Amino acid sequence: MTQPPKSSTAPPGSGVPTMPALPPQSGRSGAPAPRRAPDTAPARRTALAEGVDQLRAAATTEPGRLRAIGALLALLVVAFGAVTAWQTDSRASAADDVLHHSQPLSSDAADIYRSLADANTMAATGYLAGLQETQDTRKQYEDDIKTAAAKLVTAAANTDPGTSSAAIITDLNELLPQYKGLVESARANNRQGFPVGGAYLRAANDTMQNQMLPKAQDLYKNENARLSTDYGNAKPYPWFAIALGLVALGGLAWAQRRNYQRTNRVLNHGLVAASATTAVVLLWVVVGHTVARAGLDDSYDHGVKSLNVLHDARIASLKARSDENLTLVSRGAETHELADGTVMDAYDWGYDQQIAALGKGLKLADSLADDSAGRKPVAVANSSMTVWISRHKQVSEHNNAGDYQAARDGVIGKDGATAECFQAVDASLDTALKHETKEFQRSAGDGLDAMTGLTVGAAVLAVLGAAGAVLGIGRRLSEYR
Amino acid sequence: MRARDDFLRRLRAVRRLRISLKGWGGVGAMAAVCVLAVAFVLLLPLTQSRGEAGADLGGQRTTQGVQARAPKCDESTVQNQSPAPSDAGGTTIDAIKARGVLKVGVDQNSYRWGYRDPNSAKGDLAGFDIDLVTAIAKNIFGSAYTDKSIQFLAIPTNERIPAIQKNRVDMVVRTMTITCKRAGQVAFSAPYFVTGQQVLAPKVSSITGYNDTLANKRVCSAKTSTANDSLNADKGKKIPASVTIMDPVPNQLDCLVKLQLGEADAVVTDGALAASQAAQDPTVELKGSPFTTEYYGVAMNLKATDLVRRVNRILETYRTSPDGWRASYTKWLLPTLRADSKSANPPVPQYK
Repeated sequence: MTQPPKSSTAPPGSGVPTMPALPPQSGRSGAPAPRRAPDTAPARRTALAEGVDQLRAAATTEPGRLRAIGALLALLVVAFGAVTAWQTDSRASAADDVLHHSQPLSSDAADIYRSLADANTMAATGYLAGLQETQDTRKQYEDDIKTAAAKLVTAAANTDPGTSSAAIITDLNELLPQYKGLVESARANNRQGFPVGGAYLRAANDTMQNQMLPKAQDLYKNENARLSTDYGNAKPYPWFAIALGLVALGGLAWAQRRNYQRTNRVLNHGLVAASATTAVVLLWVVVGHTVARAGLDDSYDHGVKSLNVLHDARIASLKARSDENLTLVSRGAETHELADGTVMDAYDWGYDQQIAALGKGLKLADSLADDSAGRKPVAVANSSMTVWISRHKQVSEHNNAGDYQAARDGVIGKDGATAECFQAVDASLDTALKHETKEFQRSAGDGLDAMTGLTVGAAVLAVLGAAGAVLGIGRRLSEYR
Repeated sequence: MRARDDFLRRLRAVRRLRISLKGWGGVGAMAAVCVLAVAFVLLLPLTQSRGEAGADLGGQRTTQGVQARAPKCDESTVQNQSPAPSDAGGTTIDAIKARGVLKVGVDQNSYRWGYRDPNSAKGDLAGFDIDLVTAIAKNIFGSAYTDKSIQFLAIPTNERIPAIQKNRVDMVVRTMTITCKRAGQVAFSAPYFVTGQQVLAPKVSSITGYNDTLANKRVCSAKTSTANDSLNADKGKKIPASVTIMDPVPNQLDCLVKLQLGEADAVVTDGALAASQAAQDPTVELKGSPFTTEYYGVAMNLKATDLVRRVNRILETYRTSPDGWRASYTKWLLPTLRADSKSANPPVPQYK
C-alpha cells in the first residue's frame, strides 16, 4: 500500500522542473523522452525516467488515472492521520506536562518558598520563647529546612544546567546551611543569655528575607513561566491537521463526483468509508480540542491564578509573623525612617507592610474563588487576620508602654495571643490551597482526558480510511480487467 | 582706612569689657571676646565691599565659616555644664510622684549595661545602667518605691533625644555620651561614667590598639556612631590608609557577629560597649587604651531642671556609697574592663 503512493507522488512533485513532463495528457510527447535520456545521462536517469515514463503512459489511460487518484487519496488520508497524530500528541504531552510536570514543579517551588519563610518564622518564635521554646516549634523549623532541602534537589533534577533557575538553586543550596548556622549561633548565644544572639537572629532573618526569599520567589516565577509555556503549547488548535483533513474530505468528494459522472453509480463503498472515517477524525480533533481547551482554561483561571494569589498571601502572613516576633527580639536595635521623618522599629514597620499585603492577597483570592468551598477558608483567614491585627495593636501598646512580659505573652502566649490568629490564617490558607490544587487537577485532568486516544485513534482511523479509498478505487479498477 | 578705625575702636571696647568681666570667670569673658571678634570679622568685609558688586557672596561665606567655628561649647568641658545638685522638689518631680511611675528609656541589648536575660522567667532587665535607674527611682519615691515604680522603655539609639523632647520618657539612661550638640537639645546630669573609643579584636590578633597595627585590617563600626566618624577622619593619619572601613552596621552588636564570623578583623566602639561585647565572647579583648574621652550622663528634658539637680544629688551619694557605683562596677564591668582602666573610678563632677 505504501509503495505505489510514493512512486506516484514523486512525478507530480518532481515533474515541475522537468519541462516535458508537464502536459501529461498528450501521449505523443512522452515518446521522445526515453530516447533523449540515454543520450545525456544514461546511467543516472534510469530510475526516475522509468517512473516518469510509466506515469505518462498510465496517465493516458483511465485505469492509470484511477490508480493515480487512488494513490493520492490514500496519501491524503494517511497524511491527515499522521499530522493529526503528531499535532495532537505534542499538545497532549504539553497538557500532560501542565498536569504532571510543570504544575507540580511550580507547586514545589512554592513549597520551597513557603518552607523557607516558615522556617524563619519558627526560628524567630523559638528564639523569642528562649528556654521555653516548645518542641513543636523546634520540630517544625527542622521539618521546614528538610522540606526546602529535599525540594531543592527535585527542582535541581528538573532544571537544565545553565538556566537562571539552576543558578538560583545553586545559590539557595549555598545560603541554606549559612542561614542555619546563623540561627544555631543565635540559639546558642541566647541560651547563655548573651544579647548578641539577637544580632545573630537579625543576621539570619536578613539572609532569609533579603537574599533567600527573593531567590525562592524568582524560582517560583521561573517555574510559573514554564507552566505558562506548557499551557501555551497545549492550547492552540491543530490548524494544519484540520486543514489537511478538509483537503482530504474535499478530495474524496471530488473522486466520488467524478466516479458518479463517469459511471452513474451513486455509492462507492470504499470511498464512502474513507470519507466517513476522515470526517470522524476531523470532528474528533475539533471537538476534543475545544473541550481540552476549555478544561485547561478553567484550570488556569480557577486553579493556577488562585494558587498564585494564595501562595503569595501565605508568604505575606509568614513574613508578618516573623516580623512580629523579631520586633520583640530586636527591641529597637534597627529602625526605619518613614517619609515624614517618623522613626519606627524596622520590624514593626515590616509587619505593617506584610499584613497589608496579606489583606490585599485575601481580597484577591476571594474574588478569584469560584465556589463556596474555595471562598470559605479565605473568609476564615480574613476574619482571623482581623483578630490578629487588633491583638497586635494591644501587643504594640504593651511593648510601647514597656510591659515586655505582657507583649511577649501577647505574641507567643497560650490564650489570646496573636500566635492563635497566625495559626488560624496559615491553616485556612493551607485548606484553600489544597482545594484550589484539587480544582486545578480536576480541570486540567478533564482537559487532558478530552485528548485521550486522539493520537492513536487518528492514526488507526486514517489507515482504515486510506484502505477504504484504495479499495474503493480498486473496485472501479477491477472493471477494466 | 575707615575699616581700620573701626577695628581699633572695637579693640578698645573689647579691652574695657575684659576688665569689667574679670569677676565673672574666664569662660564667660572669653566667650564675649569671641563674639565680638566674630562681629568684627563680619563687619570687615562688609565695609570694604560697599559698592563692590559680587563681593557680597564672599562676605556671606566668611560669615558662615566663622559662626560655625565660634566656640560656644567645648567638647572637652561640656560634661561640666550640669546644674549644682539639690534635694529640692519641683514641678517635674511632683508630676513623677503623682504618676507613681518613673518612665526611663533604656537599652535592652547592651550586655552588662541594660539587657534582658532571656533565661530569667520574668525576663527582667539588668545591668550597670539599670542599677543606676533603680537608685534614682528609690530616692525619688522614697518609701513609696515598689518594683512597679519604674517603667523601662526600650528605645533605639536615634530615638533617645526625640523621646525626651516629646516627654515620652522622664529620662534616658542608655550609655549616652554628653556632647555639645546633644547638650543643646536635652539636659544632662553630671557624668556618671568615663570611657572612650576603643578597639576590640580577637585575643590572638596582631592588633594592639588604634594605631599602625590596623594596617590592611577590616574594621567594623555602627551607623552614625562616633567610632565611624573617627575612623573616616583618622584614616591615613592616626591609622594607616590601608585600613578597610566596613559599611557601618545598624547596631554595634552586629559588629561582634561580623568579628565572630571572620568578616571583620576589629571593632571600634566606645569602651563601655566594647567591654559589653568582650563579655559575650571570651576570645576577644579590648586592645590598647581609649583614644578619646567621653562621659556618660543621664539625659532629661531641658525644662526639668529640678529633676536634673535631684539626679545630680543622687549621683553624689551613689558615687560614694558602698552598695552604689563601686558595687555595680564590680558586678558588671570589672571582669572585662579590669581595675586599671580609666573607667574604673567614677568621674569627679564639676557643676555650672
